[in-house]
Amino acid sequence: MRKCRTVPILLLSLLTAQAIGAQTYGLGRPLTADEARRVDITIGPEGRELPEGSGTAADGAQVYEVRCKECHGDLGVGGDQAALIGVPEQLKEARPIKTVGSFWPYATTLFDYTRRAMPFEEPGTLSDDQVYAVTAYVLHLNGIVEEDFELNRETLPDVKMPNREGFVRDPRGQAGE
Amino acid sequence: MQRRSPTRRAFLGSSALAGAAWSACQAPAPESTADTASTGTLGSPVSRYGQRSPFENATRGVRTTLTPEAASSRTPLDETYGIITPSALHFERHHAGVPEIDPANHELMIHGLVERPMAFSLEDIKRLPSVSRVHFVECSGNSGGEWSPAGAPNVSLSHGLASCSEWTGVPLRILLEEAGVRPEAGWILAEGADACLMQRSITLEKAMDDGLVAYGQNGEAIRPEQGYPLRLILPGWEGNTNVKWLRRIKVTEGPQYVKDETSKYTELMEDGTAWIFTFEMDAKSVITRPSGGHSIGSPGFVEISGLAWSGRGKIARVEVSTDGGSSWSDAELQAPVYSRAFTRFRLPWEWDGAETVLLSRCQDETGYVQPTRALLIEERGTKSAYHCNRIKGWRVAADGSVTSAEV
Repeated sequence: MRKCRTVPILLLSLLTAQAIGAQTYGLGRPLTADEARRVDITIGPEGRELPEGSGTAADGAQVYEVRCKECHGDLGVGGDQAALIGVPEQLKEARPIKTVGSFWPYATTLFDYTRRAMPFEEPGTLSDDQVYAVTAYVLHLNGIVEEDFELNRETLPDVKMPNREGFVRDPRGQAGE
Repeated sequence: MQRRSPTRRAFLGSSALAGAAWSACQAPAPESTADTASTGTLGSPVSRYGQRSPFENATRGVRTTLTPEAASSRTPLDETYGIITPSALHFERHHAGVPEIDPANHELMIHGLVERPMAFSLEDIKRLPSVSRVHFVECSGNSGGEWSPAGAPNVSLSHGLASCSEWTGVPLRILLEEAGVRPEAGWILAEGADACLMQRSITLEKAMDDGLVAYGQNGEAIRPEQGYPLRLILPGWEGNTNVKWLRRIKVTEGPQYVKDETSKYTELMEDGTAWIFTFEMDAKSVITRPSGGHSIGSPGFVEISGLAWSGRGKIARVEVSTDGGSSWSDAELQAPVYSRAFTRFRLPWEWDGAETVLLSRCQDETGYVQPTRALLIEERGTKSAYHCNRIKGWRVAADGSVTSAEV
């Protein structure tokens, strides 16, 4: 009789623990909302994490001239480092050219990567306005936005990249969903 | 795989002959007598941190580039023994240099779709239940040169972006459960504390299955270039998902499509589409001795030895051909065979002095068999760049010199 009563109670307490997800070890400290916000810089494809600020290609040309051109070349080609300009048709060439314009599926990725990792020798030193502007400039060089198009947290997620539909999930079928 | 060739016992008995066969690769050994080495001279005293012999000089292969902070160095696989890569020879691939991190100031933050956003210090993490596991880490660009018929001339260049260590740390599942993963979560984002804050999206399924937040490598703290003080280990998954200098995990609904999982580390097909989230490394093997750049010397006994690994489990079988693929023999696998780890294979061989080609072919426990280059190209074309795991061949010339063979 006793055992019969214990089991349901034990089950219930296990289920409750799982639902609430109680801590087991009591180590670590709470991360404050402020701390989490400061490090939450990854921009997903919906752009929910995008910061305040804005910029146009015209503004971005100035930033590019000073901070990007040395490695990526005039107008995004011909530099020592990755070319930035292209169209998806180039992916079918014998020597495919994978660039922002030809290959990248999301404009949010360009903002995210530029803000965290560029310029190579001084990553993280561009202001959010500068990142919006230089992102707009690279998109404009690829013919994706107009020169006066204002890029901001509202408009950036709606930018449709030419190769948006160019990716298929690993068909080897052993990873992910 | 367990079969032993009838001549194996005879080979095992002739170790003196084995030594002679290999000596051609090295400086001539001095006449050995009991008293030449140390008699009359006191040796060095004890020391606080050991160094290798001054006579040993294996190093990682480094290529000159404009940006050595965003580059790779390669393990000299033919100069390692067994299945563990010495930490100092573990391959490197950095995207913005090696940061110097004081562990006293480092925390791992977990936030996003969790009940309790949390930060764990190194002290916290080392108090939690720990495990040690042997796993390879392989850059998905490893063997990129093997898409060409001849492939790279030596095994460091052809396969050296793979290494294997014993990793010690806390199962990622424990840390995620401490923060309380919400039911709508499906992925995590892992981010490093290097200059570019390198990041990758990872399925929650993998994170909860066997993800490890590691602080130990081969019995000591992880080396700075391997992620000190904390790195992610995702057994069998492409190298850069094993985020080094791990500082942040965000639990998310879906993947974030970051730069290093879209513009890089995706495989382009002939029709212009690309495979994305190709996480597992396919089974691969390579003969490390003898291999390109070696010289066997004179005909006679040679032990063929190499490494095999699979991102999907244990290596079940390695076959070796000493006649360019006309016939194959099962190599002996060194026990224990660990899942998603280097597996050492060996086959005794009597070289008759004639030119030939050596090949190895592995199979993992899922039944997957390492493909030929032709088969791989049939499946993926020639533009996918990453994940090349084709069979590698080494040509032994009549003079004993070994070079890469077109296979």
